[in-house]
Amino acid sequence: MVVLILVTLMVFFVMRLLPGDPILIYVAQTAEFEAMPQERVDELRAEFGLDKPVMVQYANWVGGIFQGDFGTSIFYHEDVGTLMLERFPITIHLGLLSLIVGAVLGVLAGMLTAVRRGKWLDKIVTPLTYVGLTIPVFLLGILLIYAFGVKLGWLPISGYTSPLDDFWLSTRQVIMPVFCLAIFGVAANARQMRSSMLEVTRQDYIRTAWSKGLGERAVVMRHMLKNSLIPVITLMGVSVSIILGGSVLVERVFAIPGVGSLLVSSIFGQDYVVVQAITVIFAVIILLVNLIVDISYAWLDPRIRYG
Amino acid sequence: MVKKHTSDIGFSEAPVCVSEWRRFRRVFFERKLVTFGLVVLVLMVIAAAFAPLLAPYDPYDLGDAGESLLQPGGEHLLGTDLLGRDTLSRLIYGARTALMVGFISVFISGFIGVPLGIIAGYFGGVINMVIMRAMDALMCFPMLLLALLLAAVLREYDVISGIWVVIIALSIAIIPGYARVTHGVTLSIKENEYIMAQRAMGSSNMRVMFRHILPNAFPPLIVLVTMQLGALILAEAGLSFLGIGIDPPGAAWGAMVWDGYRYLANNPALWLAPGIAIALVVFAFNMVGDGLRDALDPRLRGLL
Repeated sequence: MVVLILVTLMVFFVMRLLPGDPILIYVAQTAEFEAMPQERVDELRAEFGLDKPVMVQYANWVGGIFQGDFGTSIFYHEDVGTLMLERFPITIHLGLLSLIVGAVLGVLAGMLTAVRRGKWLDKIVTPLTYVGLTIPVFLLGILLIYAFGVKLGWLPISGYTSPLDDFWLSTRQVIMPVFCLAIFGVAANARQMRSSMLEVTRQDYIRTAWSKGLGERAVVMRHMLKNSLIPVITLMGVSVSIILGGSVLVERVFAIPGVGSLLVSSIFGQDYVVVQAITVIFAVIILLVNLIVDISYAWLDPRIRYG
Repeated sequence: MVKKHTSDIGFSEAPVCVSEWRRFRRVFFERKLVTFGLVVLVLMVIAAAFAPLLAPYDPYDLGDAGESLLQPGGEHLLGTDLLGRDTLSRLIYGARTALMVGFISVFISGFIGVPLGIIAGYFGGVINMVIMRAMDALMCFPMLLLALLLAAVLREYDVISGIWVVIIALSIAIIPGYARVTHGVTLSIKENEYIMAQRAMGSSNMRVMFRHILPNAFPPLIVLVTMQLGALILAEAGLSFLGIGIDPPGAAWGAMVWDGYRYLANNPALWLAPGIAIALVVFAFNMVGDGLRDALDPRLRGLL
């Protein structure tokens, strides 16, 4: 809760740090600047609540957010809330898919490399996870477009279609962006999973499981998997943060009209009401995910709950 | 590997004497990828330092007519961009930009983040609460996003310009990383007897914090700095890819990738070369950081 307040305070004051009077910037962008008398400027100032003390402005802004009122975009001349409703589903669609792909593939890869430790599979996949952690997402995106879009022509190189409109096209379009966003999650989860699996392998209860004659499948799936998954959960928070941050780059590479590309264009268009809204929403999402991670951590591991 | 230390006085099982430095070297160079990372970094530092000597052409020199968008090979090893500038030369100068941003940011944020972490960990209580909650709040923003936001705001001021906007923005964005690590390390160091001894001798808080805790926090901080250098160069590339960064005609790898992206199929070297440079350097910093962690972590002593 304290952190939530701090987050909104930070965003609000960083935006206030911008030089220049926000109302004059607004006026200048409405292109009536020349003709606008001082009284009209003051009127506008009162209309936007900018004549009140800073703390009151902050309170109004935060109060507005809770009612879904983010202000009005200068550039789009549209309610920012509506704009968010238009753009956010796209980013959420890609982000959720990436999160799921990252978790599933990562856990699988980690499990396999741990079980087959030192074998060829481990020797190939484990170094690849290093590459996955460090490759710039935009380079990966361009490489994929070059290989699968231009050279092989298997997938469309850019754009976004809602899965509700054309499911097949939509799926083909999201494959590459989702892969780019998921790559960090895959690599990070695989590494975490591998090391926690190796940790669990040494536990007494695993030796018991082996010695009572269980097969490999039963030991790995029933006894090892559950306990080694716990450290992986913590990575969810980081993954969400990376996915949201990466969406800015990936949406630009693939020309996807999501929140990430909206953020970039708003920053260049000096549309700070939109920037403010997006930043707060992103931060709150990450905050909530971290909260859920903390709670589920205790829920999954009784040692923490009763400790 | 370990040599038995036998002596004439009869202590046949005298403690094994391996110098710390020798162990460090052995653990560090054991992994091939780490050695590879170090080689890449050394080469990059050389490239950045001697850029004017190494670059075959002037990176800002607009070539003669007909020299734009040349394919790799021939006189221009990696070809030329739209304005006829030599890609290889710009790549070498780009190493300067990347290293400069990385090193300066890592120092600026270290000067702020490390004291914050030590103070929070040492004093605890309300001070700890205030500092660490603020860091938690900063951590809620994805690093790239925070840097983008700060850069956008800083850009509006005329005081600093170009690359310094990026440096300051990135420095602020990675402060919480420093503060968190230092905070954790301080909490464990301050329980040691030598700290208690210092306080019993009447050392001031400042002296204890910066003469006794800080040097002991160095090993994890060195690892952190190496890792952050990688992250910083990646973020700088991201920012310049989005169009915030060094003023043209300065060379930045991220911007080169973005410019080259327009010639996706016709001239792959334009985006591939700087892209690979970024990936390679970030990879190298991460590998070296990993190697340093293995070599410096006291918990692994005896295992490795």
